[in-house]
Amino acid sequence: MDSVVQHQVMRAAGIEAGYGRVQVLWGAGLDVKAKESVVLLGANGAGKTTLLKVIVGLLPAWKGSVQLDPDDVTTWRTDKRVRRGMAYMSEIGVFPGLSIDENLRVGGQFIERSALRIRMEELYAYFPDLAHRRGALAGSLSGGQRKMLGMAKALASSPRLLVMDEPSAGLSPLFVGQVIEVLGKFRESGLAMLIAEQNIAFLDLADRVFTLEGGRIRFEGSVAQLEADDSLHKAYFGLA
Amino acid sequence: MHKRNRIILDAGIATAVVALMGIMRGVYSNELMLFNFIMFLTLSQGLNIIYGFTGYLPFGYVGFYGAGAYGFSLVVMHLHVPAMVGMVAAGAAALVLGVILLPLLRLSGAYFAIASMAAAQAVYEIVANPDLESITKGPYGVSLSDVFAPATSYYVALAILAGTLLLVVWLRNSRFGMSLQAIRDDSVSAAMAGVSVVRGRTIAWLLSALIAGLVGGVFAWHISVFYPDTAFDLSVSIFSTVFLLFGGATTLSGPLLGVFILYGIYNIIGIAVPQYFQFTYGALIVLLVLFLPNGLVSLLTNRGIRVP
Repeated sequence: MDSVVQHQVMRAAGIEAGYGRVQVLWGAGLDVKAKESVVLLGANGAGKTTLLKVIVGLLPAWKGSVQLDPDDVTTWRTDKRVRRGMAYMSEIGVFPGLSIDENLRVGGQFIERSALRIRMEELYAYFPDLAHRRGALAGSLSGGQRKMLGMAKALASSPRLLVMDEPSAGLSPLFVGQVIEVLGKFRESGLAMLIAEQNIAFLDLADRVFTLEGGRIRFEGSVAQLEADDSLHKAYFGLA
Repeated sequence: MHKRNRIILDAGIATAVVALMGIMRGVYSNELMLFNFIMFLTLSQGLNIIYGFTGYLPFGYVGFYGAGAYGFSLVVMHLHVPAMVGMVAAGAAALVLGVILLPLLRLSGAYFAIASMAAAQAVYEIVANPDLESITKGPYGVSLSDVFAPATSYYVALAILAGTLLLVVWLRNSRFGMSLQAIRDDSVSAAMAGVSVVRGRTIAWLLSALIAGLVGGVFAWHISVFYPDTAFDLSVSIFSTVFLLFGGATTLSGPLLGVFILYGIYNIIGIAVPQYFQFTYGALIVLLVLFLPNGLVSLLTNRGIRVP
């Protein structure tokens, strides 16, 4: 136990959810503390995306609760959760018909104008590729650039917690390295993150790891503890 | 272009169009044709608000127009109120219908288009029901000779056009308009960016309905004798939609160009060589859909040029 009690940003507990009659999550739960980055590992079909959807409000929870400090947001709509500081970056995530600049402005449309202007300049400093092409339509960007724009858009409102669903999907190893580098900078700035991934390169960012199997949390602990566990080590790092 | 210059350009175009339609009345004698131009300029922009900004294309858009026309007529006929009060009733009737039809926004694409058309047809059937003759005059039509005032109603129509154009200029340059476009591009992502999707769609839908209702009301006022078949004529929907798509949605100038060019051609051919009218019009639309599916303005927007 840490001697300093860390403030909790988000806690999902006892989540049961699914699609139609098919139940996917069977009492899964996890929590993210302030300034902490948490990686949720799991194979395809383990229920990672479903759990994230319940957390951000895109899918209703059949049972269980989602707490976004200090509110119980279990029944809140997505946009309301986002306004309270939870940002979500999915695989899609940008508006192709709007320019880069406009995408960022939509991302931060509920914060004050002057604050948004300052925030956008900060973000352009993190993402120089985007800064060069502010007026370009998002639809004209490459996959990697779109991912960067999706990230910048999610961060435009200065959220407390960034939730990401497979940020590595569809990216070349080179771009994955860049994404991790940028996320590392945001982590240093104190942003709490929840990243669902199967790419173990993202464990470099993790303060804590959860593994999801068959809709249940199987393991919770540090990266070192994960590596120490033989069966998990085999499952996620391959035979060593 | 700097944002302030963009707004000035947009507002300049809006002002020029309104001024042109105002001046034309003194120059050109076919007032009904000019009035129809104003109606379609307004209706295609009203449709632009719901389609261009949120992606919903209501084929039954004429339903709001008809509701406005009958909202105006009913209070003027039965309560003998001044025409301006009738205009308020026209807007209110369209808004009420818009609220009743809000659940349609749960549908999307073709399902929404067809459902809205069915709704407009349902309103028509109610209004045209001979059993309601004492209230709506049923299929026998409405006569409003008491309030007939072609000049005043022309300028009221012009004011509605001006208000609608300003609304579109605002939408194109405001955060709210941008969040609507975000909803159109991807409603899930928009919600994830903190945009209230339900609120945005509802406001756009009701604004769009209100505009059609006001146009319907001023139509009833200007023309003063009409039938349910005219007020709920599906070609009002079709024309507005075609003009909007021909010019290019989401822009201010696209629907304006669409009306001036296509409705202009419609009137020229209709007078000069009516026997070739259907053919020419059909061919034009087919060519456009094939080669410029995003409208005339896409000639420029495809090259990355911002069109006002």
